[in-house]
Amino acid sequence: MPTTPRADSSCSAHGPDAAGRFGVFGGRYVPETLIYALDQLAEQYEAASQDASFRAEYEELLKNYVGRPSPLYFAKRLTQHCGGAEIWLKREDLNHTGAHKINNTVGQALLTLRMGKKRVIAETGAGQHGVATATACAHFGLECVVFMGEEDIRRQAPNVFSMKLLGAEVRPVTSGSRTLRDAVNEAMREWMSCVESTHYILGSVVGPHPFPMIVRDFQSVIGRETIQQSRAQMGDLPNLVVACVGGGSNAAGMFYPFVELENVSLVGVEAGGRGNQPGDHASPLTYGQPGILHGSFSYVMQDEDGQTCDVHSMSAGLDYPGVGPEHSYWKSTGRVTYTSCTDQDAMNAFDALARFEGILPALESSHAVAEAIKLAKTRNRNERIVVCLSGRGDKDAAEIARLKGQSFG
Amino acid sequence: MSAIDDLFTRLRHQDRKALMPFVTAGDPDLAFTAAVLKELAARGASMCEVGIPYSDPIADGPVIQASYTRALDKHVKLASILETLGEVTPQLATPVVTMVSYAIIYRHGLEKYADALVAQGVAGMIVPDLPIEESPQLAKVCEARDLSLIQLITPTTPNNRALRITETSSGFIYYVSVAGITGERAKLPTELIERVSWLRENTPLPVCIGFGISRPEHVRLLAPVADGLIVGSAIVRRMEAAEKNPQATLQEIGDYVSSLAAELN
Repeated sequence: MPTTPRADSSCSAHGPDAAGRFGVFGGRYVPETLIYALDQLAEQYEAASQDASFRAEYEELLKNYVGRPSPLYFAKRLTQHCGGAEIWLKREDLNHTGAHKINNTVGQALLTLRMGKKRVIAETGAGQHGVATATACAHFGLECVVFMGEEDIRRQAPNVFSMKLLGAEVRPVTSGSRTLRDAVNEAMREWMSCVESTHYILGSVVGPHPFPMIVRDFQSVIGRETIQQSRAQMGDLPNLVVACVGGGSNAAGMFYPFVELENVSLVGVEAGGRGNQPGDHASPLTYGQPGILHGSFSYVMQDEDGQTCDVHSMSAGLDYPGVGPEHSYWKSTGRVTYTSCTDQDAMNAFDALARFEGILPALESSHAVAEAIKLAKTRNRNERIVVCLSGRGDKDAAEIARLKGQSFG
Repeated sequence: MSAIDDLFTRLRHQDRKALMPFVTAGDPDLAFTAAVLKELAARGASMCEVGIPYSDPIADGPVIQASYTRALDKHVKLASILETLGEVTPQLATPVVTMVSYAIIYRHGLEKYADALVAQGVAGMIVPDLPIEESPQLAKVCEARDLSLIQLITPTTPNNRALRITETSSGFIYYVSVAGITGERAKLPTELIERVSWLRENTPLPVCIGFGISRPEHVRLLAPVADGLIVGSAIVRRMEAAEKNPQATLQEIGDYVSSLAAELN
């Protein structure tokens, strides 16, 4: 990883191995056409992560362009309201572009330059990764095409507009469920026809090796900062760390540096949607089983034939039938506990954070806030819970108004 | 020896080339699939590839994906596809292979899927999302049942890797003519011819070319350098009309395949 070479990291035991496996999960289930590009990417990434000047450039960007470190903030009034453990928020919503996604896109854009490629493609669900990719591409002068499902374009209009303002082309995806999953399919297809000139900046810890590792490494700045800030501000590590999980990039970035710190409990929160029936939620770790999707072996929502199921979440960024292979691995080892949170509970948590703290969280992050509120009530006052507040909620305002039956604008 | 090995032994002996059309199972229904397989075999196909519809086919272009979506929208299930193949294969003089995502094979169970193919008279499988690093387990399952596991080589595959692929593949090598997805192309790259010739010098396996072959002139150009040609999107595109006019569509696909077959040998 750019800031701590993997060879020196105490977490290196957790993989992936050379075949891209986290335990039995991960790997590469992709057309032969992509193997060369993935090999090249793995090789270039390995070299970059050993290169002090690459790491320095990345850190400089995180500091002066992204605005890191992001604060670790004590949510005093929310804590008082819950009447239990202290709730702290890791403020990824305060990053440039308003979410954690930029940590990964500036890193991968730097890699794109290093590989001598001039063009970038990306998929996006909520639009946060699309905006973060368009932003990084504008910063470096790279051509940028973002694939986005038509359904998500409808739900996330402000982000679509931002991407266009940033000079990116937004290509609507009309196949399948017209959401994130189809956008990934289209981006992979496009990549196969232009691997020589184009880098694919995948936005989550999913897909074929080395993507889950690269995205996790670039996002792990979240967890490393949280450890330092906790020691400085709380005088100790937190007891619990909570993050939402769609594909799982903010959670992987938050959890990875904590994996070896066994006294810290880690909780991933999936989108429970409207209920536990297939099609009503987006919780593969909770309700799914291991299978293949988007080039990786991991938990997935499939029918008995192996067809990917439609999933539901009010939050576009969590509306994904698969999950990163390292999360499947952490589930299998028991290191991380995965649970799910309904649309309604997430909406209540959104309201609570807005009213008690003056923070509008992203609907994705609201799922983690909901779990933290629930856990805080059952824990002692001297315990500390850190929530990864992965993004801000401005983008969701119109969708929230629609869900609440209120008028907007 | 699988049925595919027999086919190529016979063709090579006769100095002839193979024509391998691809159709989607269940588009617009399985009755049409059965009818089109018989039509293809009667109109010059040497082998038929049957695509098992998959919800997230990253290796296929828009034409085949649309066809998969049409089939899945009608809730076609793997069990009924296999049953239909079992009814048709005894009536065909040509071997049949399935083109299938590993997502489906894994969910069904490797051995169970392979056993089902054997039971239904299917000769092998092409798994476009299973590179050699992930294929040893399935290769073993296929070998034990005399099923061919046909693997792909592409223009981006380095030579040393291509040789490793030839060692783990059986039946034939599927050479992907353009780096990208399936679909019809106006032109074929010239370096293709050199690459296929190199491959044929370096493996005893037959080498067939697929992806982007749609016109009789493609067949005329490529037939001399390869052991066989695969035609997919150009046929599947014609299947769009099958829902409304099944008979006319059968006729059109038959005529089209026979026009390609005429250029072949």
